[in-house]
Amino acid sequence: MRYLPLSPDDRSEMLAKIGVDTIDDLFADVPAEKLLTEPLDLPRRKGEMEVERILGRMAGRNVAASTVPFFVGAGAYKHHVPATVDHVIQRSEFLTSYTPYQPEIAQGTLQYLFEFQTQVAALTGMDVANASMYDGSTAAGEAVLMAHRVTKRRKAVLSGGLHPHYADVVETLSHMSGDKVVSLPADPRADEDILAAIDDETSCVVVQTPDVFGNLRDLTKIAEKAHAHGALLIAAFTEVMSLGLVKPPGAMGADIVVGEGQSIGNSLNFGGPYVGLFAARQKFVRQMPGRLCGETVDAEGKRGFVLTLSTREQHIRRDKATSNICTNSGLCCLAFTIHMTLLGQVGLQRLARVNHANAVALADALATVPGVEVITGAFFNEFTLKLPKDAAKVVEALADKGVLGGVPYSRLAPDADCDDLLLVASTEVNTDDDRAAYVAALKEVLA
Amino acid sequence: MLNRQGRPTSAGDGAITADTGTFTGNRALMQEEALIFESGRYETTGVDFDEPENFSPRLGDLEREGDIGLPGLSEPEAMRHFVRLSQKNYGIDTGLFPLGSCTMKHNARLNERMARLPGFADVHPLQPVSSVQGALELMDELSRYLVTLTGMTSVALSPKAGAHGELCGMMAIKAAIDAKGEGETRRTVLVPESAHGTNPATAALIGFKVKTVPADTDGTVRVQAVKDLIGPDTAAIMLTNPNTCGLFEPEIVEIAQALHDAGAYFYCDGANFNAIVGKARPGDLGVDAMHINLHKTFSTPHGGGGPGSGPVVLSQRLAPYAPVPFVIPGAEGLTLVEHEQYAEEKPFGRITAFHGQMGMYVRALSYMLSHGSDGMKQASEDAVLNANYIRAGLRGLMSQPFGDKPCMHEALFDDSWLKDTGVSTLDFAKAMIDEGYHPMTMYFPLVVHGAMLVEPTESESKSSLDLFVAAMRDLAQAAKRGETERFTGAPYHAPRKRLDETRAARQPILRWTPREPVREAAE
Repeated sequence: MRYLPLSPDDRSEMLAKIGVDTIDDLFADVPAEKLLTEPLDLPRRKGEMEVERILGRMAGRNVAASTVPFFVGAGAYKHHVPATVDHVIQRSEFLTSYTPYQPEIAQGTLQYLFEFQTQVAALTGMDVANASMYDGSTAAGEAVLMAHRVTKRRKAVLSGGLHPHYADVVETLSHMSGDKVVSLPADPRADEDILAAIDDETSCVVVQTPDVFGNLRDLTKIAEKAHAHGALLIAAFTEVMSLGLVKPPGAMGADIVVGEGQSIGNSLNFGGPYVGLFAARQKFVRQMPGRLCGETVDAEGKRGFVLTLSTREQHIRRDKATSNICTNSGLCCLAFTIHMTLLGQVGLQRLARVNHANAVALADALATVPGVEVITGAFFNEFTLKLPKDAAKVVEALADKGVLGGVPYSRLAPDADCDDLLLVASTEVNTDDDRAAYVAALKEVLA
Repeated sequence: MLNRQGRPTSAGDGAITADTGTFTGNRALMQEEALIFESGRYETTGVDFDEPENFSPRLGDLEREGDIGLPGLSEPEAMRHFVRLSQKNYGIDTGLFPLGSCTMKHNARLNERMARLPGFADVHPLQPVSSVQGALELMDELSRYLVTLTGMTSVALSPKAGAHGELCGMMAIKAAIDAKGEGETRRTVLVPESAHGTNPATAALIGFKVKTVPADTDGTVRVQAVKDLIGPDTAAIMLTNPNTCGLFEPEIVEIAQALHDAGAYFYCDGANFNAIVGKARPGDLGVDAMHINLHKTFSTPHGGGGPGSGPVVLSQRLAPYAPVPFVIPGAEGLTLVEHEQYAEEKPFGRITAFHGQMGMYVRALSYMLSHGSDGMKQASEDAVLNANYIRAGLRGLMSQPFGDKPCMHEALFDDSWLKDTGVSTLDFAKAMIDEGYHPMTMYFPLVVHGAMLVEPTESESKSSLDLFVAAMRDLAQAAKRGETERFTGAPYHAPRKRLDETRAARQPILRWTPREPVREAAE
């Protein structure tokens, strides 16, 4: 087997040195009747070529985003990732390293985490950011738990613009921990009265912008009302690229900001791995979940970086920890940091404008299709169509014509009574031809 | 003849032997590297896009104003920055990485290539299921492998890492308890004191009270110690097997039976599954739920701390409660159940936005296909053999807390052999860095004083182990001879000397901020 260096002779010599006769002597603590005697019912080893054939065949049964006019978003976005990113993250020293528990030989990881934290704090307009969570949805769940710790209350209010999967994650976690959740109904036109749902028992209110329907939301008044009642505002986003063009939550009074960072540096990967972003105000730093990288000096006074404030974490505090998270999204943070460094703010802003311009052009083009209404007023790169037919059926029909046209809201929330709503995203990858193909296909499907 | 340019070919009399400083602070291949916030420029970008024509924003009044505070680098500068950072890191490809409990085995590049096939990497989680049949097939096939290897009933794939898998498994247990109407009474989870910190943290996260099970003097958990703590309030035990001392729990079957007799569940922390793949199946041992760290046992790269993947295998008793989404056979191929109301079973909810770590599923399946059932069994045997070979090479010199007996895939030492040497476990670990090794796991498990947990994995050759043992013996003898400086000042040869963690925690600096201008001296 190509991955196993020991030869049969090595094994015999080593057993002799250890002082046992057979390998099973080392498994003596396994109850004898539980030790497997027959090989399991799985195929034998395979060479590289065979594995490539098997997995290549499976991969070939999927429609890759780059091969069709592609407008699917709703929490994950198709962006162009520079070649440099994928090259660097495959360097052995990054790819095959562990969590930087030995900082003297992990300064590479620690320095990019420090850069990552700074970039995320700057983007969100917050004081501090952690070294990542699994994804945006689990970051949202952790944010609610953190708000409960800070406020010593146990009721979260979720906006009807929050991605339904994010709401599901929060609700599952809250149900299990015995905390209360008030989820407002789906709010496609961003006109819910969330202020009325905030009271003196509210620990936090979770609002997404751009929301799942694409609406940009001004959080300022929500923050004011929340703070007046001693509650926190948790701002969420699923499209981090929006922060290149849209007012950041930190400038609108958010106390905790969580979101999905996949758009910067990371592929679609059918849903993972992604990178959860988590930022907060400085005064809450000791209640934050996850790893934090901090600056310090070495014994010679040279600047260096270490994991810090670990008394918050499970390996020290055990059942009193702020979270159970251990492994996070290290390499996805690196991809994020490289891409963001290549972009810089001028590149990010320009790329965000390209996204927005493409989405505006698409919205205007689709609005010309008879029966179609664009119901989103202010948006970034995603908006909602109201269709004269069931959106799920329309999406299937579009797929048959070779266009992946978006996400029917009913797929995210079947009981929301929004079967005619279609979420459509457009990024820098879309061309004039893509748009024309979409308009033509939609006309045919709705005819 | 060969050297007519007058170039010296030997070190000569003038060779510098002292450790001299350099103008740049660099030391040849070891380059000092500024933060991007110091070297970058706000007006620079390394990505070319044209401005959109006739840009007319539709952002309401929510357009961002002013600098974001993100400098950019051109592409060559960015490449050099990150490559220099990489050179300050130690990885498996650098050398032996015996970090106990972490299973730092070889990361085959075939797996990277497979995960990057556009049919896997460039597929959106919410595409129509008709356009992702191959992705669902891969998830289904991975599930079949995991279920077969563990002897369990089903698997929940979506947990994003080990601790997330623990959360998923414990939520399934809670849902099963609630379904029986025992949610109010069964509120206690038993956790051995040797457990990973994630176990008690997970239990507490969803409202369980944690009761600690003491370890026996031989490092294992006795069924009697468990029975002594079991009561009508017991929901489950969270037990690691093989345990964090590197030992297979000899009474595991009896422990499982005791819990089941009391109406409670057995959660197994599967972090150490690498020791027993193809040798024993958790399902045969009475386990109800176990997470599998694909980033340990099935070699998906650790990537400097993630991403991981923590699928949870479930017994028949818990299988109905697995969270959405999951793959089932449908009328036209495979399909996804994404909502509780469409499931025939009783999913407890959802734990992440999409379908879990697809990129890791591909890598793990690539590993499993490459090894086959024969190779996976051989890998476990070699992992156990290598750990015992190191143990045998160091016995008599370094102390084993539970006596000289076989271990599983990791060998545990304590610090009693360092008594009165002035050298601590930490010092010893830092001296290993100078010898070119990543240190072992230290000060864990907590049940052993000054613990050193050594896990070589199956990826090491005999000659690599021989050199490692020789280096460890040399260090150990030096410590005993009183050469404390070799340890207390270590590492001497790493990119940084020992770092001041106390200072970092006391006044946390968690992001770069522009330096305050130097003030004039007070008048």
